[in-house]
Amino acid sequence: MSPWLMLAGLGAFHGINPAMGWLFSVALGLHRKSRRIVWLSLVPIALGHAVSIAVVMAAVLTIGLVADQRLLELIAGALLIGWAAYHALYGHRHRVRVGMQTGLVGLGLWSFLMATGHGAGLMLVPVVLPLCLSSGPAAELTAAGSLPISLAAVGVHMAAMLAVTATVAISVYEWIGVGFLRRGWINLDYLWTAALVGAGLILIV
Amino acid sequence: MASWQPDPSFYPSPRMAAKAPAEKLAYVAAFDPDRAKPDAIAVVDVDPASPTYSEIVGQVDMPNTGDELHHFGWNACSSCLCPNAPHPHMERRYLVVPGLRSSRLHIIDTKPDPRNPQIVKVIEPEEVAEKAGYTRLHTIHCGPEGIYVNALGNAEGKAPGGIFLLDPESFEVLGQWEMDRGPQKLAYDFWWHLGHDTMITSEWGTPDTFEEGLVPEVLLGSKYGRRLHFWDLHKRKHLQEIDFGEEHQLVFELRPAHDPTKAYGFVGCVISLKDLSASIWTWYREGDKWAVKKVIEIPAEPADADVLPPLLQGFKAVPPLVTDIDLSMDDRFLYVSCWGTGDMIQYDVSDPFEPKETGRVRIGGIVSRATHPGARNGALNGGPQMVEISRDGQRVYFTNSLYGPIDPQFYPEGIDGWMVKLDVGENGGIAFDEKFFVDWPKGHRPHQVRLEGGDCSSDSYCYP
Repeated sequence: MSPWLMLAGLGAFHGINPAMGWLFSVALGLHRKSRRIVWLSLVPIALGHAVSIAVVMAAVLTIGLVADQRLLELIAGALLIGWAAYHALYGHRHRVRVGMQTGLVGLGLWSFLMATGHGAGLMLVPVVLPLCLSSGPAAELTAAGSLPISLAAVGVHMAAMLAVTATVAISVYEWIGVGFLRRGWINLDYLWTAALVGAGLILIV
Repeated sequence: MASWQPDPSFYPSPRMAAKAPAEKLAYVAAFDPDRAKPDAIAVVDVDPASPTYSEIVGQVDMPNTGDELHHFGWNACSSCLCPNAPHPHMERRYLVVPGLRSSRLHIIDTKPDPRNPQIVKVIEPEEVAEKAGYTRLHTIHCGPEGIYVNALGNAEGKAPGGIFLLDPESFEVLGQWEMDRGPQKLAYDFWWHLGHDTMITSEWGTPDTFEEGLVPEVLLGSKYGRRLHFWDLHKRKHLQEIDFGEEHQLVFELRPAHDPTKAYGFVGCVISLKDLSASIWTWYREGDKWAVKKVIEIPAEPADADVLPPLLQGFKAVPPLVTDIDLSMDDRFLYVSCWGTGDMIQYDVSDPFEPKETGRVRIGGIVSRATHPGARNGALNGGPQMVEISRDGQRVYFTNSLYGPIDPQFYPEGIDGWMVKLDVGENGGIAFDEKFFVDWPKGHRPHQVRLEGGDCSSDSYCYP
């Protein structure tokens, strides 16, 4: 599959997870009896997510500029698997900093924290790293080559994530209703943990 | 203990929870006032179609004596579906059962056999005191950051009492909840408005002022609790204190509206020093502050001194002693236990500032000793106390003991335990279910009732 499609697919996977924002958007709409707030809240949710991804990407690529490529893959892979373990063991133990009275800034912060805590950015490393490598003249990481590629990667991921988040949020708010959560909220944490481990293994192997 | 789908007993909103199937079992805390034999969680059959209806069908004894089981709660509930801190694949499975006197925490598994629950973990008081700095564990709520436990005393058994967190999976004590407690010192109950990021706490007293019974000098000096505290639930910071004034003593059970968009709730005040009346107050949002208003006052009933316990003889009256209240899932009916006079009163609180009485029954009572159709021996002692409502609002259960050392101050001959059930009319009105009278086995007294799958004081919701 094209790496760009992979990025969009991962964006959709993140977007469909209620813990990444669509459910918060629906809840705020229900609380404030406002369709407008459902739409409006999508902006900080998408931005918080994108910033988290971008920060992780920048950190990984910065290490990549100084470290050997194989070493970078091993570090990132180990980090992903470690993150998966942490997520599985302690994912339920976070401080809750943002509640139902939050404003849009708080919502953006929440989205950033959720994406970061869930290792959303790390999950993209095995897709973005080869893209950046192939952009360099001698298949090496360069700052000049990586910057536009990784920005485009974040953009594609965020667009897909936003599209899915918006679609699910609006559908649930307008037609489906939160009652469907009772049976329809399947355990995406399992899939999520598996995706983190999978991404880590891709890098290491 | 995670699963593929959310626990079927989790509901996004109170409206949906009100459509939940009827409970078949009730768990009831039972304690030995003489501290000679272990306290227990009893399992009561509340399925009318069952041959053992209204009987105790199971029991799990605590490993020690003298715990004084009192209130308890679930490890997880509907708040797991909240959007800001979702943990929807937890199981509502474990009862978290503290000893109010011992400060020991018991984790009880109800899953393999709900009629035969098993203790799976015991957290000793030393560990709680060391990790959380609290003792005299009182109320349990499952919430956004795990299991919240409140305590009436600090590690030394003095003020301040407060709240600590328990990991909902490993049941490790995580530590003190408060980050800035402001002027708060006394503790009793706590709950929250998830929709308004607000925690509310109420006040009783320090352990030395209640563990040997109520101290008349402390009460008459208005030194017991009389305040509400409002907190930022997520910053864990004290925001506001409301003092009910010198006249009011013992501000106890907190019942916020279940609808998370509503910012009001009810709290009972046990006694007025002016006339021994009890009162119900509504807290509500006024501008950017919280405010309270007295919405119900229940008067004391005159009585001959010679039928009164020594503590009350000088007053020649029976105080109502509102010691518990509970709010139906649709926020429509408030049930008020008058442990002194023996009344259970139902109010329509659709307008939280204008409650209307819609039903009343009497059972037990300091003077009235009213009986029940299912009771064999006539006069009953104790009075309506811990009250619990089914999620659909059609059934109300309650027991008759308050607290070991206080029971004999008002019922000097001791309390013979019972548990009863009311059926609720479509538009209010309450009547005893004549077939439901649990004549509690001697040696134990029943206290809080928890219903299988959740009830009206166990869960909180994030969606309207």
